[in-house]
Amino acid sequence: MPHDKTVLRGVRPYGEDPVDIVVAAGVIAEIATAGSGAGRVIEASGLIALPGFVDIHTHLREPGREDAETVETGSRAAALGGFTAVFAMANTSPVADTAGVVEQVWHLGKATGLVDVFPVGAVTIGLGGEQLAELGAMATSAAQVRMFSDDGKCVHDAAIMRRALEYVKAFDGVIAQHAQEPRLTVDAQMNEGVLSGQLGLTGWPGVAEESIIARDVLLAEHVDSRLHVCHVSTAGSVEVVKWAKSRGIKVTAEVTPHHLLLTEDLVASYDPVYKVNPPLRTSTDVTALRAALAEGTIDAIATDHAPHPHEDKDCEWAAAAFGMLGLQTAFSIAVLTMIDSGLLDWRALADRMSVRPARIGRALGHGHDLKVGAPANICVVDPRASWVVEPATFASKSRNSPYAGMTLPGKIIHVLKAGKPTVEGGDLAC
Amino acid sequence: MRHLLSAGDLDVVSACLILDTAAQLASVTDRTVKKFPTLRGRTVVNLFFEDSTRTRISFEIAAKRLSADVINFAAKGSSVSKGESLKDTALTLEAMGADAVVIRHGSSGAPHRLATAGWIQGSVVNAGDGTHEHPTQALLDAFTIRHHLRDGMGDLAGVRVAIVGDILHSRVARSNVLLLRTLGAHVTVVAPPTLLPYGVSQWPCAVSYDLDEVLPHVDAVMMLRVQSERMHAAYFPSVNEYSRRYGLDIRRMGLLPPHAIVLHPGPMNRGMEISADVADGERAVMVEQVANGVSIRMAVLYLLLGGITDDGKKEI
Repeated sequence: MPHDKTVLRGVRPYGEDPVDIVVAAGVIAEIATAGSGAGRVIEASGLIALPGFVDIHTHLREPGREDAETVETGSRAAALGGFTAVFAMANTSPVADTAGVVEQVWHLGKATGLVDVFPVGAVTIGLGGEQLAELGAMATSAAQVRMFSDDGKCVHDAAIMRRALEYVKAFDGVIAQHAQEPRLTVDAQMNEGVLSGQLGLTGWPGVAEESIIARDVLLAEHVDSRLHVCHVSTAGSVEVVKWAKSRGIKVTAEVTPHHLLLTEDLVASYDPVYKVNPPLRTSTDVTALRAALAEGTIDAIATDHAPHPHEDKDCEWAAAAFGMLGLQTAFSIAVLTMIDSGLLDWRALADRMSVRPARIGRALGHGHDLKVGAPANICVVDPRASWVVEPATFASKSRNSPYAGMTLPGKIIHVLKAGKPTVEGGDLAC
Repeated sequence: MRHLLSAGDLDVVSACLILDTAAQLASVTDRTVKKFPTLRGRTVVNLFFEDSTRTRISFEIAAKRLSADVINFAAKGSSVSKGESLKDTALTLEAMGADAVVIRHGSSGAPHRLATAGWIQGSVVNAGDGTHEHPTQALLDAFTIRHHLRDGMGDLAGVRVAIVGDILHSRVARSNVLLLRTLGAHVTVVAPPTLLPYGVSQWPCAVSYDLDEVLPHVDAVMMLRVQSERMHAAYFPSVNEYSRRYGLDIRRMGLLPPHAIVLHPGPMNRGMEISADVADGERAVMVEQVANGVSIRMAVLYLLLGGITDDGKKEI
């Protein structure tokens, strides 16, 4: 039956020669000569096909802060951003530290159906850093949690971190650490440097991140477990991760789009839209992070999409919440910083935005190469288009984008999730 | 200039204009009748999110001597502690027709935010924000130094000033380093390394850890208050050790050149950063600083609100 088939007509996988990608029964059924595929045609000539993106670091805010985001609105933003899977962080209210809460988030994701929502489980009860949450119960729940994180807070107690790393080996889990030494970052507001001294804002020194990463990679080595480092933000952290990988330690790392582009200078405006944790760093750090992502020391781009209601940003700096939106701009920032600069080609970008993040989070059905038989999670982009960021038009409930007014390269045109269009012509398909 | 947010916004011409204006106003206020009609009908709001009776009173007297209507708005707590937000407070003041808002806030950058977020139209004067700046304090310090060491005229070219104490948390230090440098003075900040900001080596001043070494080479020394909360946060081992190494006592006064003066923004911890005999000594100018503070704040308000040029633009 031709109607059961969808054809991405004339699309260029990874920017290579045009073909027809024929999708049937949720998988890539055929990769045919351009123009020859039969079925429902989605015109895609001149566009590039990539595996659907996987975001291993998203805050969907539900349950608890539905004024900022919900699983549904976050899923819409994710789909429009080219994602077919997102990992929802555990710092909700209540905290996702039980099988019940992760299953709730998982079910909400299923109900929306635009992306696969993989709940992240908290490492410790209430993110308190003192007592392990029931990691096994979350792992065996319907949500099948594999990634655990106290993101927003650091698992700072070395003994707790060691136990967590050990414990999740039983179900192939990974601990995703928010590396922030708490005593070195009391009331911290921005990167510690000359500028923080001038602005009178309490510094968040790079060493507070680097020292935790150094400790954690040694712990991961000692107990032979998997560590993932969230939002690496400094050149020094890159050096530590690189060293750990050279020793064969099972460590992976992510970088956010904003840390690939923005620098601390923006804080001089005291505009809280630039307040984020870890903070924006220096251009030296940005250069090092881009290079690390290019060479693979950093494995993945992850958004750390952090929606906040307007009042939490429309205030003085110290009173404002940390965080920035990321889902609908991540791809364009990646194009701007990594493709346009020549640091990554399309295949490598797919590796950093889909293949590796899916592997880190054990996101079944995602992160496959565009081959016959692979699940049809496909993102089709226009590399030549550009657009002006207007947060008011975002699908997210919140508006705290640091890119407002910027013209960014690269647009998401179509997205297929398990063979079904979620985005067509740049708009949600359903 | 519409606002006074940072001492760094002032160039040498505008800084000297403020100092000269303050001097003129001071000479007149020495007379029996202390009031000018200049700002009659204008409203100045003292918006204080932190308690600071002396700064608030200084601004209040300054505004009243210029015949402005003064409203004291003591905002209880900041939005951090679930009080009214800075934005809503600002919108309220705007609706009531404030021509200038003098703001003291515990959060660095709050005056900047008030001036730039589009909440209000009036002028904003920073009366101390967090650990950022306190520009009118720096102006009154410069005024006092100029009076003693430069006959109350011109800039401060070549004057050597030491600022001693908790540089890390001091808005007074930040504003003074910027303003004194603009006026041509040579500034040395002196503190234990724990109380110096990261990156201080790139500030437009010299840095020393040794007060005894610095004192013989300065014309003015400014002692900063050490806040009690620093005393228990491992910035230094004990009050006694701090006082021994960085306190200004009679022995250290002997190291200063005979013409040198001693400043302190107040309130002082007598026996901590400054001994009582030094604080009460004849080279201490703290009382003058307070008097000069009124003149400086009059000058700032006068120039921001009264100095309207023919084309309607406010100029300093």
